[in-house]
Amino acid sequence: MPHRLLRFGLSKKYNEPRMFRSPEQLKKSYDVVIIGAGGHGLATAYYLARDHGITNVAVLERAYIGGGGTGRNTAIVRANYLTPEGVAFYDESVRLFQDLSADFDLNLFYSQRGHFTLAHSDASLRTMRWRAEVNKHLGVDSELVDTAFIKEKCPHIDLSCGGHAPVMGALFHPPGAIARHDAVAWGYGRGADQRGVEIHQQTEVTGILVEGDKVTGVQTNRGTVETSKVVCAVAGYTPPLLEMVGIKTPLVIQPLQACVSEPLKPWLDTIIVSASLHLYVSQSSRGELVTGASLDPYPIHSTRSTLDFVEGLSGHLLDLFPFLGDVKIMRQWAGLSDVTPDFSPIMGLSPVEGFYLDAGWGTWGFKATPVCGKTMSYTVAENKPHPLIEPFRLSRFKEFELVGEKGAASVGH
Amino acid sequence: MKIMTCPVNGPRPLQEFVYGGDLTEMPCPDQATDEQWAAYVFERDGAPGLHKEWWYHAPSGVWFIAERDTGTDEICRTYLYND
Ligand SMILES: Cc1cc2nc3c(=O)[nH]c(=O)nc-3n(C[C@H](O)[C@H](O)[C@H](O)COP(=O)(O)OP(=O)(O)OC[C@H]3O[C@@H](n4cnc5c(N)ncnc54)[C@H](O)[C@@H]3O)c2cc1C
Repeated sequence: MPHRLLRFGLSKKYNEPRMFRSPEQLKKSYDVVIIGAGGHGLATAYYLARDHGITNVAVLERAYIGGGGTGRNTAIVRANYLTPEGVAFYDESVRLFQDLSADFDLNLFYSQRGHFTLAHSDASLRTMRWRAEVNKHLGVDSELVDTAFIKEKCPHIDLSCGGHAPVMGALFHPPGAIARHDAVAWGYGRGADQRGVEIHQQTEVTGILVEGDKVTGVQTNRGTVETSKVVCAVAGYTPPLLEMVGIKTPLVIQPLQACVSEPLKPWLDTIIVSASLHLYVSQSSRGELVTGASLDPYPIHSTRSTLDFVEGLSGHLLDLFPFLGDVKIMRQWAGLSDVTPDFSPIMGLSPVEGFYLDAGWGTWGFKATPVCGKTMSYTVAENKPHPLIEPFRLSRFKEFELVGEKGAASVGH
Repeated sequence: MKIMTCPVNGPRPLQEFVYGGDLTEMPCPDQATDEQWAAYVFERDGAPGLHKEWWYHAPSGVWFIAERDTGTDEICRTYLYND
């Protein structure tokens, strides 16, 4: 046991510095109130303080930081999307992730693995080629590879896939990575706190005050605060908040489940995704296989787990890796996904002045955490959408200008 | 096992059913403005609560309406569209 840990355990006073303060009282007013202390809310606070000098900011969290999708995802980071708008946006996020550990002075265990999206049919090979070409055109490292290449990088895979739907090739994206998701929230939280932002846990927003068309404050279970700018960054909890301000969206909430196996010796150092099998899997630095599937089949606002999910997922995992037959599943859980019809987010200004949206994160929002912080803080500070998020505006639906990522993301990650 | 009642076939395991989205009334395509049409196509009532939804019993091909609470997942009533 490290010396420091032993001393810490034996000391009477637990004086290890906290990651952030817990102010007792809410102030009467803030320049900006951010609802939701997931990665997105905390990153927005961090960049507001660091890049825009706006530090009179409160992040209000009804439970604890990172307890939403941020601490529940399978932590895959990638930029090999299908639409030019999506690729440019997620690529910027991957770039920002590169020096985040140094920026925070906190190890995020950011681990670049290479990301395979397997194709089991001619149709999906065609989509993979399309994605590869869009990616390359925009400078993202991505290519179509054959089965020999997959086998070389991942020798344990059964390419015949149990004989049902043999693997025919894959989209290979070398920058694909995984990271420690809690640390991303802590890093942004600590950095924001050090710059003067207040983080209030156990503080639920119960109402939003609007006069005319303008935001004037928020009501919480700990009292009312005045503010002229509110950022709504609550992902799977967005629809009830939007009801408070009368904004309609296409968002539908569906659970997304995941599970981890018991720890194994390292054998899988790539990320394997199969849309046809509704499966994605990687091996964490602790040796656990972290796996997920597609969205639950119908909307529920509940993070319950189901046996259907583990059964289906285990079956598909065995199609690709039959030798895992004796491996035990250790834990399973669910998070809420706020899904849009075009599988792109909803970001930026809203019909209510001073009310900013960061929503529509579905199954794909963890990787976007840094770029959301960057672009949302700009949008709030300048009161105009950052160019990277302009295509994701809420009004795109009534303008019939969707940004169709759906073709690329039939499996969430 | 979760059970749903098909109005034609009676109680069946949920695995036999497919969710078909919220029941929304279509405005007249000839008369609706673009805005009304966009609202019909895209706007959803995503907050938890009682919803009227389309469901499909796959083995028998029956489409019907279920009233379900999306907060608690309680299925309150199922019936054929015309009932
Ligand atoms: C199982 C699973 C696997 C996933 N895998 C991936 C993946 O591999 N890669 C990827 O990129 N994405 C993935 N995602 C998606 C990703 O997790 C989310 O899109 C992302 O975490 C959203 O982050 P956020 O900060 O916007 O919201 P969250 O982290 O959900 O934070 C929102 C916060 O708002 C709080 N809140 C809600 N209502 C209120 C209120 N009224 N007042 C105050 N606070 C409130 C909540 O308590 C919560 O803490 C996955 C999701 C799940 C569930």
